Amino acid sequence: MQHNHDVHGYWKATLGLLTKIMIIWFMVSFGAGILFVDIFNNIHLGGYPLGFWFAHQGSIYIFIVLIFYYAKKMGDIDREFDVHED
Amino acid sequence: MDLQTTTYLVVGLSFALYIGIAIWARAGSTSEFYAAGGAVHPVMNGMATAADWMSAASFISMAGLIANMGYGGGLFLMGWTGGYVLLAMLLAPYLRKFGKFTVPQFIGDRFYSQTASTVAVACLLTASMTYIIGQMTGVGVAFSRFLNVSSDTGIYIGQAIVFLYAVFGGMKGITYTQVAQYIVLIAAYIVPAVFISIALTGNPLPQLGLGSTMSGTDMALLAKLDMVVTELGFGKYTTTTAGSTLNMFVYTMSLMIGTAGLPHVIMRFFTVPTVKDARSSAGWALVFIALLYTTAPAVAAMAKLNLHATVNTAVTKGGDLYAPEASIVAEARPDWMKRWEKTGLLKFTDKNGDGRIQYYNDATKNPEAKAKAEAAGWKGNELTVNADIIVLANPEIALLPNWVIALVAAGGLAAALSTAAGLLMAISSAVSHDLVKGVFAPNISEKNELLAGKIAMAVAIVISGYLGLNPPGFAAGTVALAFGIAASSLFPAIMMGIFSKKMNKEGAIAGMLAGLFITLFYVFAHKGIFFIKGTDFLPMIGGANPFFGITPEAFGAIGALVNFAVAFIVDKFTKEPPEHIQHMVEAVRIPRGSKAVDGAH
Repeated sequence: MQHNHDVHGYWKATLGLLTKIMIIWFMVSFGAGILFVDIFNNIHLGGYPLGFWFAHQGSIYIFIVLIFYYAKKMGDIDREFDVHED
Repeated sequence: MDLQTTTYLVVGLSFALYIGIAIWARAGSTSEFYAAGGAVHPVMNGMATAADWMSAASFISMAGLIANMGYGGGLFLMGWTGGYVLLAMLLAPYLRKFGKFTVPQFIGDRFYSQTASTVAVACLLTASMTYIIGQMTGVGVAFSRFLNVSSDTGIYIGQAIVFLYAVFGGMKGITYTQVAQYIVLIAAYIVPAVFISIALTGNPLPQLGLGSTMSGTDMALLAKLDMVVTELGFGKYTTTTAGSTLNMFVYTMSLMIGTAGLPHVIMRFFTVPTVKDARSSAGWALVFIALLYTTAPAVAAMAKLNLHATVNTAVTKGGDLYAPEASIVAEARPDWMKRWEKTGLLKFTDKNGDGRIQYYNDATKNPEAKAKAEAAGWKGNELTVNADIIVLANPEIALLPNWVIALVAAGGLAAALSTAAGLLMAISSAVSHDLVKGVFAPNISEKNELLAGKIAMAVAIVISGYLGLNPPGFAAGTVALAFGIAASSLFPAIMMGIFSKKMNKEGAIAGMLAGLFITLFYVFAHKGIFFIKGTDFLPMIGGANPFFGITPEAFGAIGALVNFAVAFIVDKFTKEPPEHIQHMVEAVRIPRGSKAVDGAH
């Protein structure tokens, strides 16, 4: 256990990143795909009503992007606070 | 070659491949048996996780349910993928850093209590067993059709194969076999979808085909489907929700947090070398899962359209769906319908005695459809199609070549077997490692520990096979119940263990028990105590779905809320965790210093 590092700052940065990602995660699935689906359905994406597209396609693509974005950003934070693995 | 021979050949070849790999990668030690020695590349691990994850429920059952439910079926798509975001961010890297190989071990150490670990074992066993029942239902469906046996015999055959396979493999064998199974199952899913998408829309990518126009017309495929189904009295495909918006919301949430709380999935993240790999591994898993999950809605909508087009010629030709000559003559129905009738999962009864098949919603609330059906002299819906057969029958409905149909059979079996094997690993490690070694016989030898694990697997297979004969619902519905149980019991405990330094053992134990109990109570009220038929007690709680119309499959999210609430209240009134535990939580939060998993306490 290393206390010379800013463990508190590291954790704060981590939670900040998590909050940002979870807001997007919530908006695309529960927001566009469920709660506001009727509003989004007024817009069309090709043959797809947009709300239906978010529920059946779009949120999945965005989830993938979110995880890789998270993995990359966490790597940056790890190095910034010097807690990365060797 | 006829269909039966082709099927035997393709399924046989795929099995030979899995068995070959299992023998080549046989596990030598306990650590290899349960965690593949902690050395699997993230992309490989992602593929194996995807195979493990995509069970009979995803492969066989999900698209059929989406076809039935329409837009509302999106809850499976979002729920079973969105959980990976939670898993990647909230659990996987920290559990990897913790460096033990079972979930109860983490809970036992973090909450410094053997009791907490034992409660976690109970939660794990309940969730995994329920999950396996769903798998067995799916296995039964797949074997019954392809070996021409009854669905019950299908389950017996499936039991035997799953047993042999899981007992001899171990985690290392399973990991590499699952990579092969992934390739078989994804090919089996996508190939027919591509064929069908080209046939209907001219676009080879099903994900785009679903949003395209029908070949030779300027009408969007989804608009066409909406038109056909509403005219026949079904709900509009692109807007019908699952119950209510609230129900769909909590259902999706249950599946998401259940995903992150299912022990056989979490276990996968113990098999990567580093914390960094644990983070990206979840992303890779989701990439491979998304290939199937973004294809599924296309399979669902297109199969539904094709099914209607098969029994009602006016769907393709245009004109009146209710015209007498539009419904096909029963005698001339396609061979695939006759083949599925033998399994009992597709039924045709000529209610109005006109020798033709009328397929519509006879319980419709749409007055226009009702009037038309009455005017046409239709005396009730004459065709029932079990949702679990849609994917397997899909290539037959679309009249695709025999080798495609055989490939789908191999894919369905790969999906069911890989997941059942992963679940059995979780059950076996929980029983042998956390229960037998942890509680009853701490000095047990490594050899006997493995033996205890194998006995646990055998018992689990027998029980799940028995309950699979009388499943509490469609494969996907049963599996959803398992997610609810994991969501309400394990996920909150693990999450609080990482994100709250002050959460103590009293809070965690009370929370897990409260979440598990309330969810099981609600589920058993609907489905029978331990899913045994006839022991349900709905009148006692005031009829079906008494809690704001929420269905039992969707209740896990509520159970999780109860878990969190109870844990925090109990935590407030009991003493904080000891200093060294708080330090341990701090250590788990940072990646540096991660080491290979070890099983020792």
